[in-house]
Amino acid sequence: MPVLINAKKDRLVAFLSGEIDHHSAKEIRSEIDISIVKNAPSLLEMDFSGVSFMDSSGIGLVMGRCKSMNACGGRVIVKNVSPEIQKVMLLSGLDRIVTISNSSLQKGV
Amino acid sequence: MKILNEMKLIIPARSENEAFSRSAISVFITPLDPTINELSDIRTAVSEAVTNAIVHGYRKSEGKIEITARILENNEVYIRIKDKGCGIEDVKQAMEPLFTTAPEEERSGLGFAVMENFMDKLKVTSRLGKGTSVIMRKVLGKDENE
Repeated sequence: MPVLINAKKDRLVAFLSGEIDHHSAKEIRSEIDISIVKNAPSLLEMDFSGVSFMDSSGIGLVMGRCKSMNACGGRVIVKNVSPEIQKVMLLSGLDRIVTISNSSLQKGV
Repeated sequence: MKILNEMKLIIPARSENEAFSRSAISVFITPLDPTINELSDIRTAVSEAVTNAIVHGYRKSEGKIEITARILENNEVYIRIKDKGCGIEDVKQAMEPLFTTAPEEERSGLGFAVMENFMDKLKVTSRLGKGTSVIMRKVLGKDENE
């Protein structure tokens, strides 16, 4: 399972794992969207600690969830991103749209 | 330039082969002892090119993707990803960051930007109705001061 979702009150935490590419993003996207509709959270946390690879499909995934969260007044936080994945996120300018919080990792780019 | 090793991979343009193709390249370049950074850059760039072939090249048809990888002198990696899909009408426009023809699939339009940034050289040639070829090169071992 590439995503495990934990709903707490109005907060949804999505623990992503494995490799995020065009193939796996589809399933992750639909799982998260189902939970967004069901729980109507005000905050979606996307936790990348279990993600070993991500290409630009992951950018589309985060931006798409941002759109649906913003549409109902919610927001998205991206957490625990490895330096390699952070490099893709910074290249896309994703850091200007969502909060990227790295508790344990220091960026070395 | 002298070719020290070479491989060719022909795979159907199916999304489950995205992971396979970047893994195959990783294993192929292992003898060069790439850093985590270099390996990640190359895997990401390959993933973008293969995904483009699947999502765009073969959008309305089925076909095969041909991946050629070479290890050249001076620690250089050469990768060519070729499809016989629909081709790109305007390569220059397609390479502009955020340009995408598939926003409904949440394609971010960053594929070429990633390839350009993560590799040293990128060359894209395409003919409408004939297909697209993406050639990328990267010299390994100059990562230390990055």
